[in-house]
Amino acid sequence: MSVDKDTVRRIARLARIALDEARVEPMAAELSGIMGWVEQLNEVDVTNVAPMTSVVAQSLKMRDDVVSEGGNAEALMANAPEGEDRFFVVPKVVE
Amino acid sequence: MSAGAPKLLKGDTGEWEIVIGMEVHAQVLSNAKLFSGASTAFGAEPNSQVSFVDAAMPGMLPVINRKCVEQAVRTGLGLKAKINLTSIFDRKNYFYPDLPAGYQISQYKNPIVGEGEVTIDLADGESVRVGIERLHLEQDAGKSLHDQHPDHSYVDLNRAGVALMEIVTKPHMRSSEEAAAFLKKLRAIVRYLGTCDGNMDEGSMRADVNVSVCRPGGYQRFRESGDFKHLGTRCEIKNVNSVRFIAQAVEYEARRQIEIVEAGGTIRQETRLFDARAGETRSMRSKEEAHDYRYFPDPDLLPLVLERAWVDEIAATLPELPDEKKARFMALGLSAYDAAVLVAERETADYFEEMLKDGAEAKAAANWLNNEYFGRLNKAGLSLAEGPISPKANSAIVQMIAADVISGKIAKDLCDIVWNEGGDPRAIVESRGLKQVTDTSAIEKAVDAVIAAHPEKVEEVKAKPKLAGWFVGQVMKQTGGKANPQAVNAILKTRLGLPDEG
Amino acid sequence: MSSPTDFTLAGARDALRAKEVSAVELTEAFIGAVEAARPLNAFVTETPDRARAMAKESDARIAKGEARPLEGLPLAIKDLFCTKGVRTTAGSNILSNFVPPYESTVSQNLWDAGAVMLGKTNMDEFAMGSSNETSAFGPVFNPWRSRTSNAKLVPGGSSGGSAAAVAAQACLAATGTDTGGSIRQPAAVAGIVGLKPTYGRCSRYGIVAFASSLDQAGPMTRNVRDAALLLRAMASVDPKDSTSVDVPVPDYEADLERGVKGLRIGIPKEYRIDGAPPEIDALWAEGVAWMKAQGAEIIDVSLPHTKYALPTYYIVAPAEASSNLARYDGVRFGHRAKGAHDIADLYEKSRAEGFGREVQRRILIGTYVLSSGYYDAYYIRAQKLRSLIADDFTQAYKKCDVLLTPATPGPAFAVGAKTADPVSMYLNDVFTVTVNLAGLPAISVPAGATADGLPLGLQVIGKAFDEATVLRAARAIEVAANFTARPQPWWRAA
Repeated sequence: MSVDKDTVRRIARLARIALDEARVEPMAAELSGIMGWVEQLNEVDVTNVAPMTSVVAQSLKMRDDVVSEGGNAEALMANAPEGEDRFFVVPKVVE
Repeated sequence: MSAGAPKLLKGDTGEWEIVIGMEVHAQVLSNAKLFSGASTAFGAEPNSQVSFVDAAMPGMLPVINRKCVEQAVRTGLGLKAKINLTSIFDRKNYFYPDLPAGYQISQYKNPIVGEGEVTIDLADGESVRVGIERLHLEQDAGKSLHDQHPDHSYVDLNRAGVALMEIVTKPHMRSSEEAAAFLKKLRAIVRYLGTCDGNMDEGSMRADVNVSVCRPGGYQRFRESGDFKHLGTRCEIKNVNSVRFIAQAVEYEARRQIEIVEAGGTIRQETRLFDARAGETRSMRSKEEAHDYRYFPDPDLLPLVLERAWVDEIAATLPELPDEKKARFMALGLSAYDAAVLVAERETADYFEEMLKDGAEAKAAANWLNNEYFGRLNKAGLSLAEGPISPKANSAIVQMIAADVISGKIAKDLCDIVWNEGGDPRAIVESRGLKQVTDTSAIEKAVDAVIAAHPEKVEEVKAKPKLAGWFVGQVMKQTGGKANPQAVNAILKTRLGLPDEG
Repeated sequence: MSSPTDFTLAGARDALRAKEVSAVELTEAFIGAVEAARPLNAFVTETPDRARAMAKESDARIAKGEARPLEGLPLAIKDLFCTKGVRTTAGSNILSNFVPPYESTVSQNLWDAGAVMLGKTNMDEFAMGSSNETSAFGPVFNPWRSRTSNAKLVPGGSSGGSAAAVAAQACLAATGTDTGGSIRQPAAVAGIVGLKPTYGRCSRYGIVAFASSLDQAGPMTRNVRDAALLLRAMASVDPKDSTSVDVPVPDYEADLERGVKGLRIGIPKEYRIDGAPPEIDALWAEGVAWMKAQGAEIIDVSLPHTKYALPTYYIVAPAEASSNLARYDGVRFGHRAKGAHDIADLYEKSRAEGFGREVQRRILIGTYVLSSGYYDAYYIRAQKLRSLIADDFTQAYKKCDVLLTPATPGPAFAVGAKTADPVSMYLNDVFTVTVNLAGLPAISVPAGATADGLPLGLQVIGKAFDEATVLRAARAIEVAANFTARPQPWWRAA
C-alpha cells in the first residue's frame, strides 16, 4: 500500500501535527515503506478468527461510587502552560 | 395504539411530512464520575472537581464506576430494552480543548443496552410507540467558555468524565408535538428510575434532534422497507435543552428544509445549533470539518461483562413506571387523560396515591387535583412539593364532598382556608359550620321565602324555565351556600311547577 | 569487595542487614558512580539529594530493625515512570518540564519497600525505539565496546539508559518498560538481565503510556536473583489499573535454585531466521545443550505465526500510541508553541515542536491504520493475527513449560547505523515482540559474547503468571553460561 502525499497531509491534519511541505514527500516514502512491509499480513487467512480484545483473562474491575479525588486545582494547574483564575486558557475557539 | 398519524406541513408545491429521531444525553445520577473518583456535583468552582484521570495527565488510567453501570442497566430495563451482557468501551478520537485525552471513552459498536421502546401519550389521547435504537455509556466533556475574553477561551474540566447515557431513538416521531412528548416521557421515566435528575436547566438532559422532511407516504415506505432512501436528508440540531425549544427547533428546521427543497435546492447533511433567542437553527462552523473519529476499543479497559444475576437483581428493584402506573390508575376509573397527567411526574403520582391511601376515591381525587388544586399551584407558581396543602388534607376535602358533608362550592372556600391558614379540614368544617344543609324542610323554607319575595320572577320563570338558575342562586345565598344544590333544584321544580327535563 | 558499587542487589541487601555497609555509604558510592557515568548519558535527571535523604531514613530503619525488603538499595528509574515532584520527561521535549503531582504505582511500591532513588534514566522518546537514539536528551552509549573498535555503540532501547546504568554499575538495578522488547533487547546487548513480566503483573498506573495493551514494567538487573527480588517489589494488584490482574505475587527467589531437571523446554523452529549472525544460532544451540545437560527435556515446537508478529505489532502499537499521545496538546501540561493564531494552530505547532521524528512517524502510522476505510484492513486484521499468535503459544504450552530462544538478532550496533531505515531498526525486536502481543512473561539473560566480546542474551518465555519458572530456567542458564565479563570503564577516562 503506497501512501501518497495527500494522504500524509490528511492524516497529519487528523493527528494535529504540523508538517512542513518539504517533509510531506519523504514522510510519504517512509510510511509507504512501512505499510508495504506490513502488507505481508494479507498472506494469512483470518476468516473465523476473532480479533483479540484483551490479553488479560479477567472481568473488568469496578470502582465504588465514592468521591475520592478532586479539590486540587492547584496541583492540577501546576504544569499548565497558561492558566487564569483556575481555568486552562487556550486561543479563542469559534463554534 | 397507532404508528402516529403524520402532521402534514403545507409547502408551496404540496404537502410534506416531518420525520424526527433523537439522541438524548442524560447525565447518570452518581456521586463520582464514570472512570474517576471526582465529584459530579453541579456548580462547583472551576477545575475543583477534576482528578488527574479526568485531566488526562500522563500515565493516568480509567477504572469504571459500578454505580454508573448499574444506572445504565436500570435505565435500559425501564426502556424495556435488551441488556447486552457484554459491551465494549471504545475511544472516539478528536481534538478539542475541553476533551483532555484527545478522545472520549464511549461505546460504539457494542453498547450496554440494545433495542427498546417508549410509549408517548398525545393531547388527543392517542398513544404512539417510539423505538429506542440503543443506550450507551460515555464520558461528558468539559466546558469551554468563549465569551469571557476577546482572544481566549477558558476551559473548566469539572464536567469532564461525568457519566452520560446516550439514548438514541429510531426516526419514529412525526411532529414537533411528538418530539416534545417523547422528551417529556423519557424524562419522566429516568426520574422514576432515579437514574438521571432530568434537570434540563443544568444540562443533565440534552437532546440532539435529527430532522428530515419527505413527501407524504415516504415515511410509511421507510417503515415497511427499513430503507432510509425514502426519507429526506437529515440535519442534526445540537443541544436543544428544553421541551419547548424542541418543538420550536423542529418547526423551524422543517420549514427551512421545505423552503430549500421547494426552491430547487438540496439539503446538506450537517450539524446545526438551535439559537433560542432568535428561534432559529444555524450551521455550526466548528463541526464543518469532516470528522474521522478513528474508533477503536479502549486498551485501558477490558470488555464489560455483566452477570445475568446482577441484571435480574436490578430488574427486581425497578419501581412501577409511568405506563404501568397509568394503567393501574385507569383501572381505578380514571380517564386516560387524567391518569396521564398524574403519572407524568413521580411526585404527582405519589401525592395522588397518598390521597387514596387516606381514603379518597380515585376518580374524585383525580378530579379535585386536576381541576382544582393543580390550578391553584400553577397560579401561585408553586411546585407540588412547595404547595401548602398536604395529601391528607386534600384527601379529607375530597371525602367530605363525596359524603355530601360539604358542597363543591364550599369545598373551594374550605380549600382557600386550608391554603392560607392551614389546619385540619374536617375540624374547620365543624368549627365554622360549613356543613351542607340537606334537611329538606329547611331548604323548603328558604325556597318559599324567595318565591314569596319575588312574585314577578315566578311569572317570568314559567315562560322561560332557564331562569330557574336565578332562584337557585337566591336560595344558596339565603343558606350561606350550604344548601345541597340537588335538593334545591328538586324543590324549586315542584314549587314552580317546571317540566322535568332540567 | 573493592567498591560498594560492585554489589549485586541481593548482595547489597544482605550486606546492609549484616551492617557491613550503611545505606548512606552505599548511596554515596552510587551517586559518585552516576556522576562518573555521565559520558554515557544514561540519566536524564539525577536526584542525589533525594537519594541521600532516603538513605538516611533507611539507615534509621535498619538501626531499629525495621528494614523493608529493598531497604537502602539505590535504584535508577526509567523516565517513563511518573515520580511525584521529580521531572518526568518520557525522553520527549513535549514533557521536558513536566513535574508529576503523583507517583506511579510501581515506583511507589519500590519506595514503600525502602529503595533509594538515584535518578531518572534516559530512554527512547515515549519508549519508541530500539537504540535509545530517539531521545530528546541525546543518545545513550553502551558501556560495552567492541574489542576491535572504539566506536560508540547503542545500548539498545527503549530502556537504554536503565540498561547502561546497570551495566556501568551506576545503580544496583533499574526499572524498565517493555512494549515490544524494550527491557529484554537492551538487557541483552548490555550484558544484563531484563525481565518483562506477564501483562497485568505490574500496574501501569503512572507510567506514561505508549501502547496500553502491550506496555509492561519490569526489572533490569545484574543477575537473575536480583530480577526475582526486584520483580517481587514492583508487582502488585492495583485498583487504579483496570488491566492489573488479581494474582498473588509469590516469593520469586524461593524456587530459584531448583534447577531445570524434568522441565520441558520448547525450541520454536521459527526463531531461526535468515541473515542472523551465526553466533546467534550457535549461542542458542549452546543454551539447548546446557539445559539438556542439567536434565531438562528438549522439545521441538512450532509457533507458526511468528513472522507476522513484528508487522502486527507495527499496526497495534502505533494505533494505540496515536490515541495515547493525543493528550499532549499544549493545554494542560507539556510544551506549548508560541504565537499560535488559533486552537488548531496551537495543537499542530506544539505537537510538531514537541514530538521527535520517530514519534511523529508512529503517530501518523497509527492515525492512518485507524482512519476510516483502513480500520478493518489494518487494525482488525492485526488484532486477528494477534489472536493467532497468542494461540500459537497456547498450543506450544501443551507440550512444554517454557520456551528458549535468542533474545536479539545481533549484538549492540554502532550509533547511527540503523537510523536511516525504520524497518531495519524495527527488526531488532523480532524475537521479543511476540511475547508482548501474547501478554506472556519473558526474560533475557546474558549467555555469551561475540568474537569481539560484545554480550549476547538468551530469552526464556513462560506461561502467563509463571514468572517463577522463567526465573528458575534463566538461573540455570546463568549458572551454565557463567558470563562474568564486565565492560572496561572507558567512560571514566572520558
